[in-house]
Amino acid sequence: MSSIDAPSTHPSAVRTLLRLWPYVRPVRARWFGAAVIAVVASCLSLVIPLVLKWIVDGPVASGDTAGVWLGALYLLLLGVAEALLFGYRRWLVARPLSRVEADMRGDLYGHLQRLPVAFHDKWASGQLLSRATADLMLVRLFLVFPLTFLVVNGVTILVGAVILLMQKWTLGLVLLVPVVPLLLLAGAFERKYAVASRRSQDQAGDLTTVIEESVLGIRIIKCFGRHRSQARAFRELAGELRGTELHKARLLAGISAVMTTLPELAIGTALVLGTVQVADGDLSAGTLVAFLSTALALRWPVDSLGYLLALCQEAATATQRYFEVLDEHREDTGAQASSEPQASSEPQEGRPEKDGGLRFEGVRFRYPDADPGSRPVLDGIDLHVRPGETMALVGATGSGKTTLTALVPRLHELTAGRITLDGRDIRELPRERLRSMVSVAFEEPTLFSATVAENVRMGGPELDRALETAQAGFVSGLPDGVDTQVGEQGLSLSGGQRQRLALARAVAGSPRFLVLDDPLSALDVHTEALVEASLREVLADTTALVVAHRPSTVLLADRVALLSEGRVTAVGTHQELLRDSAEYAWLMSGLSASASAAASGEEDGR
Amino acid sequence: MSTVAQAPDAIERDELAAPAGATRGLLGSLLRERRGGVVLAAVLLVLQQAAAQGGPLLVAYAIDRGVPAFRDGRHGPLVAVAVGYLLCAVGAGAFQYGYIRASARVNQDVLLDLRGRIFRHAQELSLDFHERYTSGRLIARSTTDVESLRELLGEGLQELLAVVLSFGLICALLVWLDLGLGAVAVLSFVPLYLLVRGYRRRSGEIYSERSTAMASVIVKFAETMNGIRPVRVFRRERANDAEFLGLNRTHERTNGDALIEMARYVVGSRLVANTAVAAIVLWGAYRVATGSLELGVLAAAVLYLRRLYDPIDRLAMFLNSYQSAVASLGKIAGLLAQVPSVPEPAAPRELPVQERELPGREVVFDDVRFAYREGGADVLPRFRLTLAAGRTVAVVGSTGAGKSTLAKLLARFYDPTDGRVLLDGTDLRDLPVPELRRGVVMVTQEAFLFSGSVAENIALGRPDATRAEIEQAAKAIGAHDFIAALPDGYDTDVRKRGGRISAGQRQLVAFARALLADPAVLILDEATSSLDVPGERAVQQAMRTVLRGRTAVVIAHRLSTVEIADRVLVMDAGRIVEDGAPADLIAGTGRFATLHRAWRDSLV
Repeated sequence: MSSIDAPSTHPSAVRTLLRLWPYVRPVRARWFGAAVIAVVASCLSLVIPLVLKWIVDGPVASGDTAGVWLGALYLLLLGVAEALLFGYRRWLVARPLSRVEADMRGDLYGHLQRLPVAFHDKWASGQLLSRATADLMLVRLFLVFPLTFLVVNGVTILVGAVILLMQKWTLGLVLLVPVVPLLLLAGAFERKYAVASRRSQDQAGDLTTVIEESVLGIRIIKCFGRHRSQARAFRELAGELRGTELHKARLLAGISAVMTTLPELAIGTALVLGTVQVADGDLSAGTLVAFLSTALALRWPVDSLGYLLALCQEAATATQRYFEVLDEHREDTGAQASSEPQASSEPQEGRPEKDGGLRFEGVRFRYPDADPGSRPVLDGIDLHVRPGETMALVGATGSGKTTLTALVPRLHELTAGRITLDGRDIRELPRERLRSMVSVAFEEPTLFSATVAENVRMGGPELDRALETAQAGFVSGLPDGVDTQVGEQGLSLSGGQRQRLALARAVAGSPRFLVLDDPLSALDVHTEALVEASLREVLADTTALVVAHRPSTVLLADRVALLSEGRVTAVGTHQELLRDSAEYAWLMSGLSASASAAASGEEDGR
Repeated sequence: MSTVAQAPDAIERDELAAPAGATRGLLGSLLRERRGGVVLAAVLLVLQQAAAQGGPLLVAYAIDRGVPAFRDGRHGPLVAVAVGYLLCAVGAGAFQYGYIRASARVNQDVLLDLRGRIFRHAQELSLDFHERYTSGRLIARSTTDVESLRELLGEGLQELLAVVLSFGLICALLVWLDLGLGAVAVLSFVPLYLLVRGYRRRSGEIYSERSTAMASVIVKFAETMNGIRPVRVFRRERANDAEFLGLNRTHERTNGDALIEMARYVVGSRLVANTAVAAIVLWGAYRVATGSLELGVLAAAVLYLRRLYDPIDRLAMFLNSYQSAVASLGKIAGLLAQVPSVPEPAAPRELPVQERELPGREVVFDDVRFAYREGGADVLPRFRLTLAAGRTVAVVGSTGAGKSTLAKLLARFYDPTDGRVLLDGTDLRDLPVPELRRGVVMVTQEAFLFSGSVAENIALGRPDATRAEIEQAAKAIGAHDFIAALPDGYDTDVRKRGGRISAGQRQLVAFARALLADPAVLILDEATSSLDVPGERAVQQAMRTVLRGRTAVVIAHRLSTVEIADRVLVMDAGRIVEDGAPADLIAGTGRFATLHRAWRDSLV
């Protein structure tokens, strides 16, 4: 009986599970060792009935009490050996298989960190989280238990079948009759169960997403007193999951009922036939006892097949879900064209004033998952930010300003055109390098669970100066000053405080290129004025692109670019644009052109 | 703000204390509600076990009675054996089928119930709790911790019941077959019990550690995925890898510890079991040899013994899932034991019927004082404030002046430490949630969108709103154009294809949501910070009509907002330092006049 081969009737599940091999490979010696030990231990338990037979037909029949003692001693030795082997098997794989789970989780995490941002836009993090937790636990469980026991039980059943056939082949055959229908049923079961378990795991992922959103969006839910309707929506999803689980249980109930009944019927038949044979004197009582004892010893291995197959199927689905993410292509490290002459050296000697700074040339961008026929978000951007210059980017809500800023550190790939930093195409720079040259403060100021100092130092070493630039004096009032834990697991800061720390992080490394997405939106007027003053110093010799919604922010810039319908429609000073562009005037609306003096702060635009 | 440095408290250590017995109480209450299902499953299991354990008895009968009878030409006993075995086989299968289905129903209902309880409770807990408990932990509670209960129910409990039942049945059968042999088998339970007890004690601790380690892994994972852009730009990948590796290794170690503890247990229990088998066989065979026991009885006894000790490994697996489920349930019980600091009223009251035509209501802060923690410094010292119905009040002041706290008290995100907040004379604490949210709605700076369509996100303000009303709200706030331009218009899924919505647009959606809710009091807390000037203008334009007759509290550092206000409050260090009509304050020499001048200047 080849239960080991049972999954191979569906190469897809097997093929999926085979992908685990690279992770199992480092621990293969121990794993195979453990499997062999488990097989040996299982076979030992099959020897026990033979000893019983020997006792019954030998010493017992002849009334040899010394022989009884000897038989019992054999039994004891076999039992001790079996116990030690089982324990040893578990001890062997305990740490290695935990390692496999941890390695897979680490790889998933590392991989996700390096997948394109567009991937993360598409995938709810709950779906990712459920892969890193529940799915990987299933995989570990699979390696510890079902996989080993499919092998062990398969071998045990085979050996058992041989022993049965050897003892009395006619009776043995009776017991083996149900094997064929069982195998067929197992195949059919596996197919249906695969579908159901995939559905259930996906639904669990969706449920995780709802949980996550309900936690992240708790303020809004509270604001509108929506926690009841949120709970209803949750209940609905959880109810669907329950439905799928019940469907799975029905399938499992069916297969395990058959797996229980058929072998039992065979044993019953063998018992009746065997009794007749013993009565006829064709068979010794000891043989019948041993025979039935062996058959019953095989019951658990056979009974468990349905359950093991179900676990394998779930593990296969989990593995599939895992690799679905792992198969996504990472961002390359950039600089695939590093051999090209242009990339070999630092900024192109000669004409820095022409090629220097930050330059967008014919930049077109459409989100990779958007309709290929749809209008690009950015449609032919030509813009040159000169070295040391600060350029404000102004445009109506949704005009693509944030998208444009995301292109500079290559969070998204251009659809067409190119962006150069000091004359070098950003695609020719290693991403690492590119991102160390370009510093960004996002509109949404995300802080990580770490101290204030660690958060700021992510951008560069100059902690104190950066905090000063961002006017983050409030830090000294925090419980542990710059060593205060902030972020998800720490003190919760106000929007304005977070924004200032995010700004400090962006300027901490004195980057050559600075991209600021509406960096002052959450600050009050007073603080805004202070930050602007100190930021001006930083911007004086940094090439910067600043998304601005308001005149006050625009005034940080030397020139302004107006973004409209995916193109830069005008570039000039604030004053020029106010005068020449109706759209710009509208965006800055309510402003009289008279208050022009402030714009004269034309700093050193080299 | 001079926060006193605090030692990490229970929340930070992730060790929320559950009252004694809460874990058991939780499991009990989950099962009690579906007592019928539990009883049905148990009965089916007993029947299934009875049918499944019939085999060896029939073997004994066949050998001791069937063989001699057959030799005498009587086929009756053998026919009885055949029929008995047939019934047992079919019964075992049928009851197995019934049991799996019945128990799955109970299990799934328990899980559904527990998930729902955690979810509802988390939703009801106040914001201060959420701010400290962190989303990652909350997610861990409702996912991996529920998962470990699922394992317990799905596999563990079933194993336990099966093991206990078969233990009982088999012991009874053994004693019935032969008192002496049965007694030995029962005696062997003493060392087994001691083993189990020791294992439980040792592994309990390990499992609790493991669950904490898992929660840390989840927190880190979720934080990284939710902040993927800054992770990229600040090249945190490697540092994160290293940190995650550490957390992951801690989890791996505790996981390994748990498995090794299990290996120890398996060795011990197998040794006891196999020794007992050898002893019973020795004694039984000795007695058969000397003629004081029938061979068939020995055969049946041996067959039963094998079954008796077979499920011992599975008992360990049950203990495994039991330990891990207890650890998880303890954490869940701790969460469920948290009392919302902003509880729903015991005796809810309705707002008085509106006498005026207009929707606005009067707000009174009646001798209100507020501190975040008992004994902590006052964020808002005692004050009295009346906001007239239908008027718009602007609150200005620097960061940390207490503006948002004032707003949160009015929205009842927090309750005042002393005093009352009254809405048309009714204490906010007496209002049931739906009534409260008809009264007060707040739009904050962070505009979170839920998965689903744009329309659904707006309809969060009023779920029964028609499409026309939703569009009307969007139009009023100037959000209609961009929504209409999305690939599927109002039906665009905000998480899917082309559903990228900028921060400013999200704020517009948040506004539309608030408009749709049609509250008596509307609080805007920095709600226009991400809008550009035209966007803000449009919102203000809309506000002029929308706010008319409503009571509004507007917190904004863009003083342009003040233009629509009837009254301005200037706050500093938790106190209201200036209060008056905008024009009066601007004309004066106070802080507001200075602020306003600075702002005017910033406009170029």
